Amino acid sequence: MTRGRIPGALLVPAICGLIFLVLPLVGLLWRTPWSTLPQRLTEPEVVEALRLSLVTASLATGFCLLLGVPLAWLLARVTFPGRRLVRALITVPLVLPPVVGGIALLLALGRRGLLGGWLDSTFGVSLPFTTAGVVVAEMFVALPFLVISVEGALRGADTRYEEAAATLGATRWTTFTHVTLPLVAPGIAAGGVLCWARALGEFGATITFAGNYPGITQTMPLAVYQTMESGDLDGAVVLSLILLVVSVTILAALRDRWLTAP
Amino acid sequence: MKLKLAAAGLTAVLAFGLAGCGDKEAGTPAAGANSGSAVTGTVNVFAAASLTESFTTLGKRFEAAHQGTTVKLNFAGSSALATQINQGAPADVFASAAPKNMATVTDAGNAAGPPTTFVKNQLVIAVAKGNPKKIAGLADLTRAGTKVALCAEAVPCGAAAKTALDAAGVKLTPVTLEQDVKAALAKVKLGEVDAALVYRTDAKVSSADVEAIEFPESDKAINEYPIVVLKNAANAAGGQAFIDYVLSADGKAVLTEAGFQAP
Repeated sequence: MTRGRIPGALLVPAICGLIFLVLPLVGLLWRTPWSTLPQRLTEPEVVEALRLSLVTASLATGFCLLLGVPLAWLLARVTFPGRRLVRALITVPLVLPPVVGGIALLLALGRRGLLGGWLDSTFGVSLPFTTAGVVVAEMFVALPFLVISVEGALRGADTRYEEAAATLGATRWTTFTHVTLPLVAPGIAAGGVLCWARALGEFGATITFAGNYPGITQTMPLAVYQTMESGDLDGAVVLSLILLVVSVTILAALRDRWLTAP
Repeated sequence: MKLKLAAAGLTAVLAFGLAGCGDKEAGTPAAGANSGSAVTGTVNVFAAASLTESFTTLGKRFEAAHQGTTVKLNFAGSSALATQINQGAPADVFASAAPKNMATVTDAGNAAGPPTTFVKNQLVIAVAKGNPKKIAGLADLTRAGTKVALCAEAVPCGAAAKTALDAAGVKLTPVTLEQDVKAALAKVKLGEVDAALVYRTDAKVSSADVEAIEFPESDKAINEYPIVVLKNAANAAGGQAFIDYVLSADGKAVLTEAGFQAP
């Protein structure tokens, strides 16, 4: 660390950036109807939307872990042709506007979709307008976050332990379960939380693919949007505040991890 | 201390900067306020989603008739537009699909005067081409396995749907509540739902993909569309000229062609 005066050319934009990020949150707190807050928090619609959000985000994270960790391992530990392409494909949903993701999901898994048409005619299963559809939409946007952070953790991990295990005769599977997983567990946890937070905030893909119906597909972000649209600003602020509190709590829980990250 | 000062200074700069931007946009058109002929500048029109096609056409014709004007159209559910306007969105004209959402704006004191009703519209049942589910009326929508999209109740098409369903004594559980009529119609086009309650005009625009089933109860839920110049309009003269054009014979022709009824 070098010492000396902090250059204004760096300090001023830095403070601007900070204010830019914090000001909207202050606005939210400033407009919160504190007096009616407890009563609004217990409204059945709010409770329902929050419950649905927590359930779907957790389910989506569970499935993402199931699919994402092996995928990350494959990218980090196995050299195969087209690996760079695969990695690029995985990052597409990351940069894709979620609404576009929702349309893409409809065209693939909707009732007339590529795979969805077959699902519907063979099994009578149709994902749009179901809670399962919400989980699918959330997984689509959140999975890349998990894969990328777990892959990062795997690449950062010392491979000598895995090599030692292999030398001692462990199979790749045993090495994975007994050496690799414990080694990158913190990375997986961090990726999982990031994935969960992203799933919790998912809006565009959900409303496009899964629709909007209270108790079935209306998650918190959808409820915020609908409440705002119907002109109930106070209601929208309360719902937003809940999401803010949940997100900040998660951030606080991860504080040490993130603040010490390079 | 120094930090605090810098922060305060920055906030001030930001505030002035933003205010400056607003002034620039508002600057030009004020001149035409008194003389009806000299309409210039940008006219910001916030219009109900069901007006998408007709107002797009009207906007182009208005621009052609008034050289030097640009009509900027913002389409969404009327309730969303009303909220945006009350939150200070820069609109000159608001065209709502129902008096209720217009009242949200006028009650907040954000209209320049009393609104004028310019068209009426009513609901139809939009189904896939060929009507594969053989839907003939509202009661058929409650059949098992029939998926229906409605607009959310805050949006005029949703409020009208509720009125019509209540009038028919039909208890319907839709699979989704969409944020505007176009979104509800899109679900039919995609084949994700079997039917949606949309305006006759929307079904007409999409007649290549959907079929409109008329039903008697829609007479009980006719929507009147009010239009008004807003109090905080940066281009009030332009806004009034646009409304005059909507109410003119030219405007009426476009709206009737789209399937709207005269008020």
